[in-house]
Amino acid sequence: MTTDRKYKNKRLIWQLSVGVVFMFGFCYLLVPLYTLICNHLGINGRGDFFVRDVDPNVKADLSRTIKVDFSTTVHGDFPFVFKSVTHHLSIHPGEKKLVYFYAENQSAQGITVQAIPSITPDDAAKYLKKTQCFCFTQQYFAPGERADMPVYFYLEPNLPKEIKEVTLSYSLFDARQYLKNEKPYTEGRIDL
Amino acid sequence: MFQWTQKWVFALLSCLGMQNALAESTVNMPYGVTRMSHDIYNLHMITFYICCGIGVVVFSVLFYSIYKYRRSRGAKAANFHEHPGVEIIWTLIPFLILVGLAIPATIVLKDIHNTNESDLIIKITGYQWKWKYEYLDQGISFFSNLATPQIQIDDPQKTKNEWFLLEVDNPMVIPVHKKVKILLTSNDVIHDWWLPAFGVKQDAIPGYINENWIQVDTPGIYRGQCGELCGAYHGFMPIVVQVVPEEEFEQWVAAHMLNKTAVSNGRKAT
Amino acid sequence: MNLTDDMATAHDHADHGPAKGLKRWLFTTNHKDIGTLYLLLSLTMFFVAGIMALVVRIELFEPGKVWVTPEFFNQMTTLHGLIMVFGVIMPAMAGFANWMIPMMVGAPDMALPRLNNWSFWLLPFAFLLLSLPLLRELVGMASHLIGLNLFAGAGAAPDYGWTFYAPLSTTYGPDSTDYMIFAIHMMGISSILAAINIVVTIFNMRAPGMTWMRLPMFVWGWLVTAFLLLAVMPVLAGCVTMMLMDRHFHTAFFEAAGGGDPILFQHIFWFFGHPEVYILILPGFGIISEVVQTFSRKRLFGYSFMVAATITIAFLGYIVWMHHMFTTGAPYAAQLFFMYATMLIAVPTGVKVFNWVTTIFKGELTFETPMLFALGFLVMFTIGGFSGVMLAIAPADYQYRGSYFVVAHFHYVLVSGSLFAIFAGVYFWLPKWTGHMYNETLGKWHFWLSAISMNLTFFPMHFVGLAGMPRRIPDYALQFTNFNQIATVGAVIFGLSQLLFLAIVIRSCQKHKAGVNEHLPDNVWDGGRSLEWTRLPTPVPYHTFETVPEIGPNDTH
Repeated sequence: MTTDRKYKNKRLIWQLSVGVVFMFGFCYLLVPLYTLICNHLGINGRGDFFVRDVDPNVKADLSRTIKVDFSTTVHGDFPFVFKSVTHHLSIHPGEKKLVYFYAENQSAQGITVQAIPSITPDDAAKYLKKTQCFCFTQQYFAPGERADMPVYFYLEPNLPKEIKEVTLSYSLFDARQYLKNEKPYTEGRIDL
Repeated sequence: MFQWTQKWVFALLSCLGMQNALAESTVNMPYGVTRMSHDIYNLHMITFYICCGIGVVVFSVLFYSIYKYRRSRGAKAANFHEHPGVEIIWTLIPFLILVGLAIPATIVLKDIHNTNESDLIIKITGYQWKWKYEYLDQGISFFSNLATPQIQIDDPQKTKNEWFLLEVDNPMVIPVHKKVKILLTSNDVIHDWWLPAFGVKQDAIPGYINENWIQVDTPGIYRGQCGELCGAYHGFMPIVVQVVPEEEFEQWVAAHMLNKTAVSNGRKAT
Repeated sequence: MNLTDDMATAHDHADHGPAKGLKRWLFTTNHKDIGTLYLLLSLTMFFVAGIMALVVRIELFEPGKVWVTPEFFNQMTTLHGLIMVFGVIMPAMAGFANWMIPMMVGAPDMALPRLNNWSFWLLPFAFLLLSLPLLRELVGMASHLIGLNLFAGAGAAPDYGWTFYAPLSTTYGPDSTDYMIFAIHMMGISSILAAINIVVTIFNMRAPGMTWMRLPMFVWGWLVTAFLLLAVMPVLAGCVTMMLMDRHFHTAFFEAAGGGDPILFQHIFWFFGHPEVYILILPGFGIISEVVQTFSRKRLFGYSFMVAATITIAFLGYIVWMHHMFTTGAPYAAQLFFMYATMLIAVPTGVKVFNWVTTIFKGELTFETPMLFALGFLVMFTIGGFSGVMLAIAPADYQYRGSYFVVAHFHYVLVSGSLFAIFAGVYFWLPKWTGHMYNETLGKWHFWLSAISMNLTFFPMHFVGLAGMPRRIPDYALQFTNFNQIATVGAVIFGLSQLLFLAIVIRSCQKHKAGVNEHLPDNVWDGGRSLEWTRLPTPVPYHTFETVPEIGPNDTH
């Protein structure tokens, strides 16, 4: 009786402890899970943005025109200018467009920045695809450096019918605390 | 219902000797000036009345039992303690009521998400502790700071302005009848742009953009506040929106264009 | 069948009474002692966090600065929330669990008595750690008055609300955030160990014949709560660990600059936070079930449905967290799902309320203080439930969220819900524990003063919230003045009324210590149905059920 209950207690404690450890791990698992779900469903204006190869069969849906607005924010307080060269444009779903964003480092030191994209309405996020974007990697700006940075994007033709306006927003963050060991991606960047 | 409440409250206040400025006190959500605020108000009232109805039934039974079945009145406890039939009934009826409530709520929610075909886009950025308004197509950009003098906050003896803590130096100006899309983001921590009369509340989150829309039918000045704790001065970053006729809005835009200062992103225009 | 052998190591002195002095409390493995310790800690923290609430209410007495700075105001709201949740309600419920669960299931003690000692003794140190930044600040202020400048330049205490949203608490948080993080880790470990202990006790220590469907509702409530704790406290621990890493190890879980996401914080926090509110209320539901059936002299109506409703509430509690985040900009479909799931919770909660009311119906009621608190719970928790249904309606929630309406809602379910359940439980079991009947007149005064002042405090908050007053602001526009003054007056009365409670409890304990024997009947309220009333003497001896009882059908709830 006694040993039997001791055994039963031990087994139950082990089972519960495994559950606790699992839930602690699950908390960390939530991070990639969340990113996955967001990318898939476009939650929080995140989308599965990057496409290397554009499907050559994508046809522009000329029957619809979508207005795309661009918005820019410099986050926090660091001496940087960041604007969209085009404020807004009209685009047919499936049609590819190239737009530029202007950035200027007004400080006397080199700054690495990271642009964070965000799209509204949320339901449009997963239909906006980019083949080229300055937001894919961190960008380094030497003191006083100015550049136009490209975004090459299109909206998938199966964009829901009720969406007529889309906003593409970039927030520019000072990423010096979060430097990554990656090759600077400056494709298409026009230094001015 | 609310008149009754107000009377009750008034009586209570009189007892406590605090009737000053009672006329200004409101006890309910504002009906507001947009279709959205009207829809939300109606939803709020429907839910409230349903809750009152359920409350009347439940509390009647409860208070009747408290009155009737007391030992001091010679009550003897009955012996029943189970009845699956009633359990199913009082599971199903609330469920059906909730389904009834969910339908209008679903429709109104859909409307909140419909930001299409806007006439004007304003980007609103939250700062610790002020708001920045940018009219994207017009290229107008300015900060909106609390205008209440600090002395009125610090010194309880000072007479306070009528719109104490709800007044700003530069209000956001929008034309009447036009659909205005607002885009929200933040420069530091999470803020929340809340204007009760418009039925609009939306978080401003660093790195992300949110949207909502406003279409006001009555010109006037409307006031709100930041709705998300954003640090020490969370209570000191009010929102004031001035809704004006279209011609007046055009004049305002033109005046701003004249002495337009350089629009720079994220940094105060000097 | 003598179970003391099992506990031989833990119960060296099973035959004599408790050890004397400080050692008794430090090294005790007795479930009753540990229950008492939990309750005393809770009582102490109740007054600490209550004083913080009064600082907040007095600052809000009129527009303009009354006496504290906005910075200090935020520290008060933050610590008030954190301490009330983790330091008052949770330990009080754990205290009841320790005292009552072994007696209710017919066990001599908790299954893991030494672990039990440790889960309690973590807590005082956790709260010391949490309060250190504030103490440092207060000592600094006091030393400034006498011309010293101790701790000059020391940062603020936690000041970002009890929900500590990133990035306000990470990138923008004061240094003291790390104190809070480690304090939460300690509380979390304590809660998890207590929950393991409770689950093992209920699973393995039930007396023969104490089948699952004969367990008292209080035990059921705690069993479900323990599983909620086991599932979500590790998530909170993970969440604050991520904060710690973001603050010191250059990770970017919640910082957009490094590819993280501040909204992720809210998802993780509320994945913990929503089940947490059921952790705070489910044991209270259990206490209310016991009190209501005892004072109605009638079996609890619909026992099996009550059990099912408790489990359903806990299950639904896991899938509604996003209703705290309707305005963060979620897709339409996600908002709809969480709105529907949230509304659904009203169904099992309603079932519980209907069952309680039907238990009272055709009973044989008497109105001693525990029953008064239970009836107060029934009325006012239901009001809190109604505002909960209103908050579930997503479009209307756009207007309620972040306003005083929410403050009114959760104080109705936590003060007149959890706290009133705790009061009911204390008055209910205090005679059983001490063998001394508390002063009924004072108890009734305590109830009526608390109930009236609680409504005076929190009912006007509905009005100011709807009219547009945001929560967590140290100062407000003139139109909100009247209702805030009423709320402050109510809060002061509420605070003072609790001194009555303190006096009542101290008096009972003194008489117990002095060995006054009032010869109370075993079934003090002549309606108690669980084992502590039917099988044990009053006051309960230090060791109970050393001989395992046989439970028959007549012993059921």
